[in-house]
Amino acid sequence: MSTLKVLLKKEVLQFKRNSFLPRLVVVFPIMIMLIIPWVTTMDVRHVNVSVVDNDHSQLSQRIINKINASEYLTLHSVTGGFDLSFKSLEHGDVDAILEIPQDFEKSFITGSTKKLSISANSVNATKGSLGSQYLAQTLAASIKEMRASLSPAQAGDLVVIQNRYNPTLEYRNFMIPAILVILIIIITGFLPALNLVGEKEAGTIEQINVTPVSRFSFTLAKLIVYWVAGLIVITIALIVAWLVYGQTAVGSLLTIYTGAFLFILVISGFGLIASNLSSTMQQAVFFMFFFVMVFMLMSGLLTPIESMPQWAQYVTYVLPPRYFISIMRSVFMKGATFYDMRFNFLALAILAVVMNLGAALTYRKRS
Amino acid sequence: MSNTHFIIQVKNLTKQFGTFTAVDHITFEVERGEIFGFLGANGAGKTTAMRMLCGLSYPTSGSGTVAGFDVVKEGEKIKRHIGYMSQRFSLYDDLTVMENMELFGGIYGVKSRKLKERATALLQKLDFFEERDTMVSALPLGWKQKLAFAVATLHRPEIVFLDEPTGGVDPITRRQFWEMIYQAANEGTTIFVTTHYMDEAEYCNRISMMVDGKIKALDTPTNLKKSFNAASMDEVFRILARDAQRGD
Repeated sequence: MSTLKVLLKKEVLQFKRNSFLPRLVVVFPIMIMLIIPWVTTMDVRHVNVSVVDNDHSQLSQRIINKINASEYLTLHSVTGGFDLSFKSLEHGDVDAILEIPQDFEKSFITGSTKKLSISANSVNATKGSLGSQYLAQTLAASIKEMRASLSPAQAGDLVVIQNRYNPTLEYRNFMIPAILVILIIIITGFLPALNLVGEKEAGTIEQINVTPVSRFSFTLAKLIVYWVAGLIVITIALIVAWLVYGQTAVGSLLTIYTGAFLFILVISGFGLIASNLSSTMQQAVFFMFFFVMVFMLMSGLLTPIESMPQWAQYVTYVLPPRYFISIMRSVFMKGATFYDMRFNFLALAILAVVMNLGAALTYRKRS
Repeated sequence: MSNTHFIIQVKNLTKQFGTFTAVDHITFEVERGEIFGFLGANGAGKTTAMRMLCGLSYPTSGSGTVAGFDVVKEGEKIKRHIGYMSQRFSLYDDLTVMENMELFGGIYGVKSRKLKERATALLQKLDFFEERDTMVSALPLGWKQKLAFAVATLHRPEIVFLDEPTGGVDPITRRQFWEMIYQAANEGTTIFVTTHYMDEAEYCNRISMMVDGKIKALDTPTNLKKSFNAASMDEVFRILARDAQRGD
């Protein structure tokens, strides 16, 4: 098809001549992959703990040492009264207070129940709840050790927790597949939409519309360029994940690329709808931004879909990133196969058809 | 209704935007091979009428044919047979002169060898050949207009629509433009041109005068001057535009 070839040549020339786009395609994924995995961690570190030691026993000392040694907890102070520790908490210097009651060690040996209390500042809910959990785990560990030293026969784990697929529970491993989603949305959703609206703003689309060129080939020529750019971006991101974080896909790369390409089709179709409905770049950007916010916050990128209210879970069924994120995480981390993820692939394929049909229907060569 | 003698035939063509009637029941014919001047004050509806004829805009009512195709139903077919030069420069700034010509020639399916020949000839005639590899963004306005004209006629359309082709162009370039227009007309291309320069109006075979969306007069320049008892087209224009309600 010679018209498509002519148009494709135009798009490639324009893309190469743009002072910004070729750099964006290379630099953007590298930057994102180098920075975002570090900063989007939900692992809480440096939880400042103040201990109110009313016991002054061997056990309480052991607990304090354990806190001091913890990677996640920082021992802020050991005080003789709750009020003192609470003042530090109010100042914001302390995130959690552990109160060890008087005669705690004694009660422990005799088997009666004196309880430790943890008070956490939960203004930052994540830090508060995770911090007190870490603290509780540290206490459990100290108590277990104590019990073992008292009667070695009883030693042994009561509970064994094993995290499969992400053994160290590194948040990074969980985020990297999801970052690819953001990259694709920006490179293959925003850019072609802006390009098309740019032609409207510059008036060049009018010269095209007055020719017999079909809207299909005109749009396809644009999209092909950004599809290729999208695949390059993903490849760069996967290489960075491997070189910098030592993370490689457990499952097949072919499955990942198939999912990525389907998702690219969906998102570029969506970008086209945005550009068809907008006459200026600003409109297009706001239109896209509204949906991208929903995509980011509701597709399971940051928070699990299962913990959303029921109505919101129904909404997520029409959000394309939901399926792609799920494919990426499962294939990347668990080694899921195409067959395992077939419903996600099917959903993406359906959405790709719907979006591109919508794009075709909203395109007007004539007013 | 289709008549090979007339390349454009329209009847009661109307375009409304909400309650505003931009083009109000215009009826006229354009003969094959003539230079047809489409005159009127700013806001008279010239561009809107032209956009309907080019298949860029749907008429609200009325009917007509351009190059033998229906303006309502066969817009895409019309586009194969016309050239269009917009009032606002609308070629690609980030492509060179030659790349723009190759792009649009290619879209109309002009074979690449023929395209090179024609583009070279056109550019040489427009004193433009040395600029073939210049980025369009670097060209002065008059030269951009030359390029737009070259692109509009590159595929040898049956009819070419020129919307104020000489707006903002220096006198020498204007002269070149009209030589090009005459040459194209001699080769059998019909020219449909809007302009605000009344000396240019004199070069047209026939002229229509649009006022407030309606065609108020349509004849040869000589006949128009006679019937309005005017010395020049300038005067004819002023007599007709005096009663205009809109425009500036």
